[in-house]
Amino acid sequence: MSTQASNIVNAGPTAARAVKTKLRAQGLSMVFRRDGKETSVLDNISLDVHEGEFICLLGPSGCGKSTMLNAMAGFLAPTSGTVTIDDEAVVGPDPRRIFVFQERGVFPWLTVEGNIGFGLFKLSKEERERRIAYYIKLVGLQGFEKAYPQELSGGMKQRLEVARALAVNPDMLFLDEPFGALDSITRLIMRGELLRIWEQEKKTIIFVTHDIEEAVQLSDRVVVMSARPAKIQQIVEIDIPHPRDISSPRYLELRDGIFEQIGLAHKV
Amino acid sequence: MSLLVRLRPWAFIAVLLLAWQIAISRQPNHLLPDPITVLGAFVELARRGLLFKYIVASLFRVTWGFLLAAFVAIPAGLAIGWYRRTEMALNPLIQIFRPISPLAWIPISILWFGVGDIAAIFLIFLASALPLTLTAINAVESIPAVYVNAGRNFGLSQASLVYRVLYPAVIPQLIIGLRITLGIAWLVVVAAEMIAVNSGLGFLIVDARNAGNRYDLVVAGMIMIGLIGLCLDMGMRSLENIRSLRWGYSED
Repeated sequence: MSTQASNIVNAGPTAARAVKTKLRAQGLSMVFRRDGKETSVLDNISLDVHEGEFICLLGPSGCGKSTMLNAMAGFLAPTSGTVTIDDEAVVGPDPRRIFVFQERGVFPWLTVEGNIGFGLFKLSKEERERRIAYYIKLVGLQGFEKAYPQELSGGMKQRLEVARALAVNPDMLFLDEPFGALDSITRLIMRGELLRIWEQEKKTIIFVTHDIEEAVQLSDRVVVMSARPAKIQQIVEIDIPHPRDISSPRYLELRDGIFEQIGLAHKV
Repeated sequence: MSLLVRLRPWAFIAVLLLAWQIAISRQPNHLLPDPITVLGAFVELARRGLLFKYIVASLFRVTWGFLLAAFVAIPAGLAIGWYRRTEMALNPLIQIFRPISPLAWIPISILWFGVGDIAAIFLIFLASALPLTLTAINAVESIPAVYVNAGRNFGLSQASLVYRVLYPAVIPQLIIGLRITLGIAWLVVVAAEMIAVNSGLGFLIVDARNAGNRYDLVVAGMIMIGLIGLCLDMGMRSLENIRSLRWGYSED
């Protein structure tokens, strides 16, 4: 296994709970060929994600964590290895699991309502309108129903994309550095919003980030990835209940453990 | 914008007209008719019913040639851009046809369709079809992958992906392409009318010269061409202000 146990960061005893595996990646490898050169991006990665779990894939920029997310979501076929979700092989994207592409993914030609309703084409008009209204409220975009994305701030566009994803009631969300383009204040607010929505809607979430603080604040487990070709360096269980006190000794211990694991001295 | 700022370009035109009038009255060597004579030519054309008739004739040809080209070239270009292999196969052919001026087709279009409207419409069609095809190809190729991926993620069929993602994503660029191409079509109709037909604003210009060097009519025809071109462009430009399309025209 590429997963190593660490004695620096001990996951500690977790509450006994029945865990059902939602997603299973087995021996995932990815090799890109360009101009006759082969670049290995993912190297034999195996990971089990439990139902309802919030997982962060953490690693340096360009390490291949986005590639891994794309492979798990079915947008990229791995060179070798398999991904199964609910024991079903992933062969392509599926509306049961929605990928959130930063704010860039909202359709600029549709209003807020149009974007949220985009995936709801199979529903009756009444049901569609009911869901649109519900998710507009959930992400706090009331009053902007008829606005176009261009007229919204970065944080609002981000919430819109999350709402569009949630509206089709997926059981999984893949988020690819969703808050990367936001300013630090908006980013903090968005993390709180995402946790609130996650607790309310009980989705399985896989969240890619290069921000250690973000990973420790949000997730149940942090999957620390090495530089390319990406391997799983360590999996850290964050055993702090929400809402998390980000100045508590346990939080700092876990965070600093990851800093060390990545090889960063925690000093600027 | 204040009224004064809006009036400024018109004031400038008025000054130029005045300068033109004064210059010609001081140097009457027939290099150009003066503005008052040109105005008289407009009145004459209008009274003989030719002004309206020629404008309609030119617009008729442009409309048909341009619309036919849009209906053929845009779907073709979108399809070519969508399937990369088609583009690779067709690109050399397109690049060879591209530098051929539409006017070089005049002899062949007369050979095929005789002197008349159809030859002129065919020329407009040729002049419009190639730029529109290229615009559509480029528009499809520049759709951010994220939109297509998002569309696929929500379980859209291939047909609804085209209708709900591809088509709205290319509209802003297509409108720019249509606007530029309409400008080209308007240039070409005038040239085509000088040779292939005996009505329209292009015909007015050659006819006025041939039938007794009526340069006042020539200049009146030129001004009319300019004004109508301006109106066509403004009409196309107004499409860019549609709220759901505005995203395609600003950086933010």
